[in-house]
Order: sequence, then structure tokens, then C-alpha cells
Amino acid sequence: MEELVKILAEALVDNPEEVQVLRRDEEDKAIIELRVAPEDMGKVIGKQGRIARAIRTVVRAAATHENKKVIIDIID
Amino acid sequence: MNNSIEITARSVEEALKKALQKLNLTEDEAEIEIMEESSKGFLGILGGKMAKVKVTAKLDPLLSTKKFLTEVTGKMGLVAEINSSCDGEYAKMEFIGENLGILIGRRGDTLDALQYLANLVANKQNQLTPNNESKRMRIILDAEGYRQRREETLIRLAQKMADRVKKTGRKVVLEPMNPQERRIIHTALQDEETVQTISEGTEPFRRIIIKER
Repeated sequence: MEELVKILAEALVDNPEEVQVLRRDEEDKAIIELRVAPEDMGKVIGKQGRIARAIRTVVRAAATHENKKVIIDIID
Repeated sequence: MNNSIEITARSVEEALKKALQKLNLTEDEAEIEIMEESSKGFLGILGGKMAKVKVTAKLDPLLSTKKFLTEVTGKMGLVAEINSSCDGEYAKMEFIGENLGILIGRRGDTLDALQYLANLVANKQNQLTPNNESKRMRIILDAEGYRQRREETLIRLAQKMADRVKKTGRKVVLEPMNPQERRIIHTALQDEETVQTISEGTEPFRRIIIKER
């Protein structure tokens, strides 16, 4: 799942080499931390969070068989 | 993704030829930047400067979008082929495979989200050169014929609800829909003489109301 987040982010930003993804597992949820270059923040968040919402929707669909809540944290 | 090299040679032409050969491109498929012109030194030996060019492969937006979608569905654990057809600025890409329900999501949520991201990927290069506004690509995603089926369902729903309004005289409020789906409903009922459709609310909760004229 973290690989999916990485592919999505890399395809959207201008500096794909600076995309970092880290997964942390807690009891009933998986937290995926996404870091991108500061100038790329807008490319993964979008106006009113539209891009971030689309990323979450796609990743959540991929996670349905994992039976875990997935949280994507975009870290600045 | 950025396929780019810098080549130094005795002349610009030579450097360019070498660079194109290395990347296996024609001149049309590449973006060329001359970083240094060559100059002849004294007697053609001393102090001569080499030419340097930078050549970057232009990405075909359709190919890079298709590659993006293939990678994404792969990581989602799906086996799907992509059938694409292009009509002007519109490119339709349909996923063919089994168990693609997960890719469609509830009311097409997932498919719409992926379609939005695919459009960003397809137009990424255009954003770098905003003067090429007209080259914008529009990607339409489909899976297992979902869009067609959804359209038929919406038209049937529109007609049923219009009949209810005619019978009861009371308005019917539909659930929130995206602009494309609302347009299907408006179009389906535009020739009705006794009922009309209007949209109310703000995105993403904008919804259609069917009422008497």
C-alpha cells in the first residue's frame, strides 16, 4: 500500500526523487507518512485538498482487503 | 521519468547527433538545449571550446498516463489491461479484467478519483509550458463498461422521478452527484413540458431537484 502511495506521489510531483513514504502500523490502522519536496506540497494536496482526497480514495480502495483503516499523513 | 543526457563534442551538430542516438530519439521527440557553443581555438588546436548540448526526451502524455495506470492497478493487486482510444483532446482508457469492482468503488468514487489523478499526470508537462493551453488532454476512465451502465441507470431514474413529480405534484430531490452525472439527468429531462430540473447546493453535495414547471 505504501508503494501505491509512492507511485501516485512520484507521478504528480516535479521532484520524484524526493518522495519519501513511511508506513507505521497501529492496532487497527495503518498510517502512511508521505514527504515531498516543499515546492511539491501543492502537487499532492491540490486546491482545497482535492488531490490529497483523490489519493486517499484510491489507496483506501486498494486497502479494502487489508481490513485496516488507512490514514495518509502528508508531512511538511 | 526524466530521460535526459548531456553530451560534449567538437560541434553542436555532432553532440546533438550523439545524444539523440544514445536516447534513441528523433529530433521531434526531444527537447534540445544548447549549453555551450563550440569555438575554434588558435589554428584549430589551442583554446578550442567543445560544444555541449542537453537533450531531454519529450514524454508522450498518453503513454506516460497508461504506464501510470498500469503501475497503479498493479500495486492495487489487480490484473487489468488497458484499452485506449483517442479522439482529439479526449482519450478514453478502459480497464479490461476481472474483479474490477474495487477499481470502480461506490458510485464510481474510486474510478473518478483515479480519473482525476490520471488527468493531472497526462497534463503535467503542459503545466511546465503554460503557453500550450490548447494541448490539454482529457482522460476518461472506464472499467467493465461502468460509465455506460451508470448512464442508463441515471436516465431510468430521471424518468421514474419525473413521472412521480407529474403524478404527485411534489418536487423530488435527488442525491448529490458530480457534474457529469447531473448533466446526464438534465439532458434526459430537457424536453419534458411539465417538469423541470435545477441544481442546488455546493460541490461536492450539489444535487438535482425535479419539480413542476
